[in-house]
Amino acid sequence: MTNETTPQASSPQAVVEARDLNLVFETNDGPVQALKDVNLTINKGDFVSFIGPSGCGKTTFLRVMAALEHPTSGSITVNGMTPDEARQKRAYGYVFQAAGLYPWRTIAKNIKLPLEIMGYSKEEQDKRVAQVLDLVELSGFGGKYPWQLSGGMQQRASIARALAFDADILLMDEPFGALDEIVRDHLNEQLLKLWARTDKTIGFVTHSIPEAVYLSTKIVVMSPRPGRITDVIESTLPKERPLDIRDSQEFIDIAHRVREGLRAGHSDD
Amino acid sequence: MKNILAVLTVVAAIIAFWYAACVPMNIKGVLDQAERAGTEVSPATAKERRDMGTFGLVASNTFAIADTWAQDRPRLPAPHQVAVELWKTTVEKKITSKRSLIYHGQVTLSATLLGFAIGTGLGILLAVGIVHSKVMDMSVMPWAIVSQTIPIIALAPMIIVVLYSIGVQGILPKAIISAYLSFFPVVVGMVKGLRSPDHMQLDLLKTYNASTAQGFWKLRLPSSLPYLFASLKIGIAASLVGAIVGELPTGAVAGLGARLLAGSYYGQTVQIWSALFAAAILAALLVALLGLIERLVLKRMGMSA
Ligand SMILES: Nc1ncnc2c1ncn2[C@@H]1O[C@H](COP(=O)(O)OP(=O)(O)OP(=O)(O)O)[C@@H](O)[C@H]1O
Ligand SMILES: [Mg+2]
Repeated sequence: MTNETTPQASSPQAVVEARDLNLVFETNDGPVQALKDVNLTINKGDFVSFIGPSGCGKTTFLRVMAALEHPTSGSITVNGMTPDEARQKRAYGYVFQAAGLYPWRTIAKNIKLPLEIMGYSKEEQDKRVAQVLDLVELSGFGGKYPWQLSGGMQQRASIARALAFDADILLMDEPFGALDEIVRDHLNEQLLKLWARTDKTIGFVTHSIPEAVYLSTKIVVMSPRPGRITDVIESTLPKERPLDIRDSQEFIDIAHRVREGLRAGHSDD
Repeated sequence: MKNILAVLTVVAAIIAFWYAACVPMNIKGVLDQAERAGTEVSPATAKERRDMGTFGLVASNTFAIADTWAQDRPRLPAPHQVAVELWKTTVEKKITSKRSLIYHGQVTLSATLLGFAIGTGLGILLAVGIVHSKVMDMSVMPWAIVSQTIPIIALAPMIIVVLYSIGVQGILPKAIISAYLSFFPVVVGMVKGLRSPDHMQLDLLKTYNASTAQGFWKLRLPSSLPYLFASLKIGIAASLVGAIVGELPTGAVAGLGARLLAGSYYGQTVQIWSALFAAAILAALLVALLGLIERLVLKRMGMSA
């Protein structure tokens, strides 16, 4: 592990710490409270899923961590720094819902994009592209253009792009939302393997309860209007998770608790 | 195959209409000439004919119809007359000859290309400024739009006079007028193109902590190319118009504009029409050439699936 946590972080393990975080969007129809009194600690190596109905602020919270959005009040640190400093240190890779590959670049060149921007040497770029293509099982597709790949492969390429540089945090906003269930299962399995191999901290937004339970060490249940956290569930599932773990009683119990949390969030509006 | 047939049908219809239009347009001239040559026409005098509708004249002098397509200086020359003139002044004349349309075309072409280069360069620079600076966006764009509302016919002589008074003449004034017409579509298209990347794309670069310059070279510029090419095609046609218009007020001796002007001085309608067609063919070739470059570039970039 190369990244040391800085002394001012309250826990040596904490990668993200949010305290009393509020975010209000000023819109033409008046203020929208996207996040209300959010308190959350994400530890190193956690796989944290954010789940909740549309408009509960999942994307907003991810964007706050990425310094793409700034809180109205409260504090948040990423690796002990402000999100802006963390962004400048290139602390995280962000995967959007759409793959967003450049159509004029091949897959390999797309993955090189962040590496070029961050000034990696040519040899280093080639080495890393080969590495991450292998990681997402796309070796041999480096020379293809995005339109020559299926949606699932494009999304894998966009994950590879976020993995190519040394960010120890991976933020993913519904990365598999547009894919069918079979492909999704497969990608979930791959993502878990990848997480185990790379020791990254992952923040993952999803609408799917089974996806959240299958992937996460920590599940953050949110509810809308105003967007807030209603429950944080620490998973008791082992780190090694074959797909059929989803039929185990433990899995079903956790999924049940997530569903209860979601229902509770709904009933009070 | 079906497409070619459709195109040919339309062309045939246009040519047929053109021949038909020649008859009423030219009938009076033909009849005047015939009267002078001693042929019997009805009514017999020019004065009586003036008061008659052209269609009535055609109806009562059907023998003259063929002649309406073969006059020396018709009001409206027939298609084959223009074609023959085009052939004679391009293929059959030496390129160095003052009567060669190739010679005149090349004079206009060089002003067009120079103006196009200036206009495109200026347009791209302005667009880059507009996209990156709010102040420029609010100050330059309105002026660019206003500039295009002034009729170029009114502006061209002033540009030439002003430039002449500071000692600039020759190809440059023409090129500046054509640049004046061609920069605008480039600005508009390029601004749209540079702004075409969506929020997500821009956010992605932000997560890499990319600089504005990196964002420009790696994202904005490549995304703008399809828009740029669309603008360039409009721009080059506008450049050609500008170069021709720039030749009119100077009484230029060479160039397609000069041919138009000379043709209208001497009532040489065939010459005017062939110069017009030469200009149209030139514009079509330039646009086609740009289309070819566009295809090659976008294909190389993997953007034409
Ligand atoms: N840029 C913005 N300007 C104004 N309001 C915004 C903006 N972004 C988000 N919001 C509002 O903030 C609230 C939270 O939005 P957010 O996108 O975080 O929800 P979400 O949980 O990601 O929803 P979904 O599951 O549909 O993606 C919503 O009410 C939304 O309308
Ligand atoms: Mg969202």
